[in-house]
Amino acid sequence: MTALGKLFRTTAFKLAAGLLAVFVVAAVLGLGYVVWQSGRVIQAQIASTVDAETSNLITRYDSSGFLGLLRDIEARARQPGSFLYLVTAPNGEPLIGNIGSLPPGIIDKTGSRETEYGPLNDQRSNASAHVKVSVLPNGFRLLVGRDLAERRRFAEVLAGQILGGLALVTLVGLAGGLVVARRVLVRLDEMTETSRTIMAGNLSRRLPMAGTGDEFDRLATATNQMLDRIGGLMVELRQVTDNVAHDLKTPLTRLRNRAEEALRTAKTEEEFRATLDQVIDESDDLIRTFNTMLLIARTESDTAVDIMAPVDAAELIESVAELYEPLAEDAEVELKVSAVAGARVRGNRELLGQALANLVDNALKYSTGDDGKGGPVEVAVEGERNVVRFIVADRGPGIPAEDRERALERFVRLESSRSRPGSGLGLSLANAVAIQHGGKLVLSDNRPGLRVTMELPRLTDNGAA
Amino acid sequence: MRILLVEDDKDAAAYLVRALREAGHVADHAADGELGQVMAGDGNYDVLVVDRMLPKLDGLSMIGRLRKNGLQTPALILSALGQVDDRVVGLRAGGDDYLPKPYAFTELLARIEALGRRPATAATETVYRVGDLELDRLAHSVKRGGKDIVLQAREFRLLEYLMRHAGQVVTRTMLLENVWDYHFDPQTNVIDVHVSRLRSKIDKGFDRPLLHTVRGAGYMIRDGAR
Repeated sequence: MTALGKLFRTTAFKLAAGLLAVFVVAAVLGLGYVVWQSGRVIQAQIASTVDAETSNLITRYDSSGFLGLLRDIEARARQPGSFLYLVTAPNGEPLIGNIGSLPPGIIDKTGSRETEYGPLNDQRSNASAHVKVSVLPNGFRLLVGRDLAERRRFAEVLAGQILGGLALVTLVGLAGGLVVARRVLVRLDEMTETSRTIMAGNLSRRLPMAGTGDEFDRLATATNQMLDRIGGLMVELRQVTDNVAHDLKTPLTRLRNRAEEALRTAKTEEEFRATLDQVIDESDDLIRTFNTMLLIARTESDTAVDIMAPVDAAELIESVAELYEPLAEDAEVELKVSAVAGARVRGNRELLGQALANLVDNALKYSTGDDGKGGPVEVAVEGERNVVRFIVADRGPGIPAEDRERALERFVRLESSRSRPGSGLGLSLANAVAIQHGGKLVLSDNRPGLRVTMELPRLTDNGAA
Repeated sequence: MRILLVEDDKDAAAYLVRALREAGHVADHAADGELGQVMAGDGNYDVLVVDRMLPKLDGLSMIGRLRKNGLQTPALILSALGQVDDRVVGLRAGGDDYLPKPYAFTELLARIEALGRRPATAATETVYRVGDLELDRLAHSVKRGGKDIVLQAREFRLLEYLMRHAGQVVTRTMLLENVWDYHFDPQTNVIDVHVSRLRSKIDKGFDRPLLHTVRGAGYMIRDGAR
């Protein structure tokens, strides 16, 4: 593609050329109308001067008689730029005049018309004139006319000037179009070039800005923001991948070591069996971790919205608490439940239940001290006009304020939690579920311990969330 | 029990067929959905185990066609897609149970047996009996050896489910699904704790335990003497 070809192909140039074409057509139509109208005016003017001259001559006939008229005509015909005159006998025989020749029959019909004629002492063959034929009272015929060359010349000059003007306009328009197109092309080429570099892997590049705030700058700004977001996601993804790899690698290594050790040291079938049981347990843990990760990813991509239904908050939290109550009792942790009745949210009972179960599970685990006893775990539902709060609070070690935000990021596990049992993805999952349900998860200090609040939009009685 | 396994993964299918036969069942295998539909069409099987993603005709469509033809054979759907909405879609398509991959064979076996032996009468029976244990569903009462046992509502439902499937292995996830109506993994052994509580109420102080733990699988309630 040549540079010029590229220029002609630009939208800006096509636009300019199109507008120019429309303009030229409009100008031709408009000016054509003007030319046509002027022609008509000139024609009317010629006709009226011919009429005036004819009646002038007839008046002269009335006052000075036929001979006086003839003398007058002779005198007038000699003046430069004079009218055309011809007087014929009733039989058509020319008497006097300044016309060389006439097509036959013109003189026989009275009235005004245009006709060709042969001028006197002139080789022009195609001269034309507007003539008026009248019959004099003595039966002779009088023809008065005006040459139309002037009119034609006028039209020719006008047309020439108009065409010249149009040609100029077209040239300037095309040149302007090219200039504009080139300017646009330069900016676009810059953008395209930068985009290619970015695609080639240099994700830190950004589209250039002219600083004029025009539409290109707006496009560049939006694109740059998009690139920032993509960059952010890439970093996040790398982090997630690292975390996932870590979370899966550790148990896999453990699994492998266990199998290896059994091969090396186990002697009896009993021992092999015991190891295999352990291996299966470890695999189940892995699968569980993996499932939770998938669930978080799925929840974040928002695919379960279609199976949302009204859920009774108190019923939900009570059923979760009931599920964990024996566990708490075994751990000698008191599980306090308080829920206001009647608060409902719109959601997926399954996901909400799982999120809350994870929170309660965590709370119970962290509440249990090394001595096997721990402070109470509080589980509550609070309802306000527009929000429903699910609260799970424990008396465990809590999460330092500076780590709280990070703790909610997906797949992020704080170092201190890695040593604990379970997949440790409970907070990430609860956060993802809360966001999916149009709410949020807030971590705060329970003085001491961790207080997790899942705040969801309350479902009012008329069904609006 | 006659079981038809519709699964395109040869290794997985061979393993399952072998394991099901070892467990005392008759197991046949179809490698794609169309063949599966033909083989299942006569109603010769007690349970269909259907992989969701199959060549020629996918698992859900296959079940859908069979149901349209009036076949009622219970179907268990196996799927690598294990999320809540996938399960809902699977059950809506005519499946009777849904098991996400990867699964433990014991889990699959327990579910197959629960499906295949699903007795139509059990749902209408008002009194379940296992040995000298008696559960009255209408009166909401439980007796063992004529002695009243007081159970909490959830414990009652747990025992009811176990007794409905007396003699069959019931896995932890089956209990969570059917007694608590949750389909997620509670991470911890909460179900074990519930069962051990129930056990302490119905077995404690009696010579013969009725509620047994099946190692690596789940639980089973049965009269040991039988």
